[in-house]
Amino acid sequence: MDEVLIYALARMIGDARHVGVGANSPIPAAAAFLAQELGEGKPTVSLQESPRYNVFTDGGRELFDAAGQGRIDVFFLSGAQIDGRGNINLVALGDYGQPKRRFAGSYGSSYLYFVVPRVILFRTEHSRRTLVERVDFISAPGTSPPNVYRPGGPAALVTPRCVFLFDRARARFRLESLHPQHRLEEVIENTGFEFDWSEPVQTTPSPSAEVLKILRGPIAAKMAQLYPSFAAGGFGAPRDGRGERR
Amino acid sequence: MDPASTKGKIRQLDDALAPIADGSLLVVPADYGGVAMEATRGLIRRGVKRLRLVTLPTSSLQADLLIGAGCVEAIETSGVSFGDLGPAPRFTASVTDGSVRIKDATCPALHAALQAAEKAVPFMPLRGIIGSDVLAHRPDWKVIDNPFGENDPIVLLPAIRPDVALFHAPMADAAGNIWVGRRRELFTLAHAAAKTFATVEELFEGNLLEDAMRSGSTIPAFYVEAVAVAPRGAWPLALSERYPEDRPHLLEYLRAAATKEGFQKYLEQYVLSPRAG
Repeated sequence: MDEVLIYALARMIGDARHVGVGANSPIPAAAAFLAQELGEGKPTVSLQESPRYNVFTDGGRELFDAAGQGRIDVFFLSGAQIDGRGNINLVALGDYGQPKRRFAGSYGSSYLYFVVPRVILFRTEHSRRTLVERVDFISAPGTSPPNVYRPGGPAALVTPRCVFLFDRARARFRLESLHPQHRLEEVIENTGFEFDWSEPVQTTPSPSAEVLKILRGPIAAKMAQLYPSFAAGGFGAPRDGRGERR
Repeated sequence: MDPASTKGKIRQLDDALAPIADGSLLVVPADYGGVAMEATRGLIRRGVKRLRLVTLPTSSLQADLLIGAGCVEAIETSGVSFGDLGPAPRFTASVTDGSVRIKDATCPALHAALQAAEKAVPFMPLRGIIGSDVLAHRPDWKVIDNPFGENDPIVLLPAIRPDVALFHAPMADAAGNIWVGRRRELFTLAHAAAKTFATVEELFEGNLLEDAMRSGSTIPAFYVEAVAVAPRGAWPLALSERYPEDRPHLLEYLRAAATKEGFQKYLEQYVLSPRAG
């Protein structure tokens, strides 16, 4: 399953010049490396946590400055909750002052979501508790009023069940494709927000034998080095819809 | 030069940390920047209190340990977590029960607010953030209409002027010049803070500012209050390109710190007994 996900994310990266991957995002990192292999060295891939794949030399701020200038085309973000209007929550469940659950914090999302042209949301748990009607806390809003400077925003949401594309004008997700062996009814049942679709819904393409060879060879080797605990969990091991290893 | 000398900027660890007062606004780098963990354990042993901690822009064990040990009154951060190893247990518990006040920020806002202090200007503008609940909970952040544009709202962040910056770096020379390599956010910390304290892996023979290959990556001593030599001073965190993080130890910490009692045992074993680990 991870391989279908990684391939779907890699195809979305397309012909970007520079892809940024935040901390602790092994699947997006694998997708960025796959896009780089398929693009014969393009795009540049920046990983915050790796000296070798960190292409910045002017401190932690340089990524944000470069993104603000439009030099980063694609960035991956996630959320403890993601809602149907593309709002993401990385902070808390329940009341902010007295949270039911507290998470790490918003990281760079409150800024990057505005300035990176194509932000791809990625969530390993596709359930009604993660994909909600309305987030409890907005780390970064999905859309902004027309007078707010916003060259960027969400382009898509990819989960272990399906791919949604985001329509910025309507502030709504549209089901683009179902991963192999997943059904529309299942996605409706496990999604807390309303979304659009038209039948028949396409199936997310599976990677070809050639792509699988790249994934299981050079990409797997990089992953083992960069994300030891992820790779140790069995690169490519199947996940259920909640993102747990089966 | 005798590294134990109290006359120059190179001091013994406890002596170097002595001027870091209770209640200080203390700024520390993210894990990739070089975290002064041995010094952090020293501050906890000394019983430092009521720190207002600012992370540039995130933290893991350092913030969690200081919070769990009761040293922190408030924290301004973009995120505290142990990455793929899991959430930060004492940070999460203390923010949830309200015993530590949190100012939620976003990474570039912390960089920008410290850059304002570098330039000695009162604020810095930053794009994004508008419409978020991060902004809604930051009454100290203002939105103005861009005075050079029209109908163009933009966020202003007040300068963060820390009392103290504390980090760990590969080396310093006897004069107190500190070589930080590509970790240039450490320059921002040193420029922004009133006093900078650092630990280093080792002393450099000669003057770093006279070495053309190293001077551009060297924080000049006039920003620096004191330096202590602390080999493996970032342990159990990494010092980028020198040694990796000690993942088994971090997992041991996370298991222990899941409860207050377990955290206390960890503190006794690895922090309160000097030079443990």
